Amino acid sequence: MQLFSKNRMWRQHELRSSYDVVIVGAGVHGLAAAYYLGKKHGVRKVALLDKSYLGAGASGRNTAILRSNYRTPEGIPFYDASLKLYEGLSRELDWNLLFSQCGHLTLAHSDSSVTGLRVRAENNQLLGVNSRIIGREEIGNLVPSLNLSESTRYPILAALYHPPGGIIRHDAVVWGLARACDRMGIEIHAFTEVTSIIVENHRAVQVITNRGRVAAGAVLNATAGWATTISRMAGVPLPIVTHPLQACVTEPLKPFLDTVIVSATLHVYLSQTDKGELVIGAEIDPYQSYSMKSTLPTLEQMATYTLELFPQLHGMRILRQWAGICDMTPDFAPIIGTSQEVSNFYMDVGWGTYGFKAAPISGKCIAELIATGKPPGLIQPFSPARFETGNLVGEKAAAAVSH
Amino acid sequence: MSFLIPCPNCGNRSVYEFRFGGEVQAPPTSAAPPGDWQKHRFNRVNAAGVQAEWWFHRSGCRQWMQAVRNTVSNEVLESFLPGDKQE
Repeated sequence: MQLFSKNRMWRQHELRSSYDVVIVGAGVHGLAAAYYLGKKHGVRKVALLDKSYLGAGASGRNTAILRSNYRTPEGIPFYDASLKLYEGLSRELDWNLLFSQCGHLTLAHSDSSVTGLRVRAENNQLLGVNSRIIGREEIGNLVPSLNLSESTRYPILAALYHPPGGIIRHDAVVWGLARACDRMGIEIHAFTEVTSIIVENHRAVQVITNRGRVAAGAVLNATAGWATTISRMAGVPLPIVTHPLQACVTEPLKPFLDTVIVSATLHVYLSQTDKGELVIGAEIDPYQSYSMKSTLPTLEQMATYTLELFPQLHGMRILRQWAGICDMTPDFAPIIGTSQEVSNFYMDVGWGTYGFKAAPISGKCIAELIATGKPPGLIQPFSPARFETGNLVGEKAAAAVSH
Repeated sequence: MSFLIPCPNCGNRSVYEFRFGGEVQAPPTSAAPPGDWQKHRFNRVNAAGVQAEWWFHRSGCRQWMQAVRNTVSNEVLESFLPGDKQE
């Protein structure tokens, strides 16, 4: 027993009476914020509170795809900075995150989607992101198993090829960041549910949990799925609607697919893990819900569209199917910044279906904002105030289905 | 099938026959400042629990209706055509 307890990656603590920063949500975003607060700014009297185990939410339910081939001049540098941080994160955390930059293909099945991908390729190249349009022949060389027949319902015409994109071990990111936070003295409190937040004179002064109350110098809402619920406790309204998103994993196969395949037309994206399983993701469920139950229509949809791309997989069996819940914003861009109503209530929310890939840079930027009071340029376009000024960041074309 | 919605015209039907139209919101008055309209346009209660919402029976009677649903369990408590029930 001693052997195991000695080697725990993070310790358990009693809840203290006050912290400089209380972070609600100990997923990748909360952990990254705590990590950079401790590492870059020396703020270590930090508590991470999570209502469940670490990685129980979106951090453990996503399809682990990383990429930066977005569409807008606001989104591209932001996600690219995140990808670059991920590239160095294994070394920085001294923990193998199994990041495989196997390349990322977004397929186009119609002239209009080719046009959309061309806009992205041009914007990407202008901003220094490795991304280009490739034709059917090159697609066939990269993915020989893909059905490139012209007699399918939606023949593949071209693809946006993004070589630095890939997949990472998502649980390892959670564990590596948690261990690094723990080593800096930052406290991780799992199974600690926030029930209310006390606001006095436009400041969040106390966070009340099922394990007691803590005073806070600053509070960060870093939840996904429950962003509206937590922000409402502080009296901060949000333009968010929560939808489930489902994914499934098949039995393992011999390695045959070494790129991430995305099709927005077919509403499906898939990759093969190091173990050989296919991880297949769907679009969000077409209705708002907090339910994390998976459904048969979505499984049928994922299977149907996967078979359009890879008909030879018709005999594959599904091992697991699951759902996570996603906070969708009107413009498919996140909400990062200080709330307008409560001066020390910060938000890193509205991460829709694309939060996992952005965790390191979001954490780094929000840590700088909390520590210095000034929002870094990278997150200024994502401020909560943009819905009042009308300066929305239209990222839907690159963020909706295409992970 | 994930859950059924009792359509006032067609009876219990799969949710996939419907288009989700969002939570029921009262609009600001016409005299309200533009900021209130911005909030109405974007902000949502996004309740984790029971809420009234709009649904359109796309693959059925093609009528808009309201349903009262628990967004955590997806249980639909009641449904009615607009105007059939006084709030």
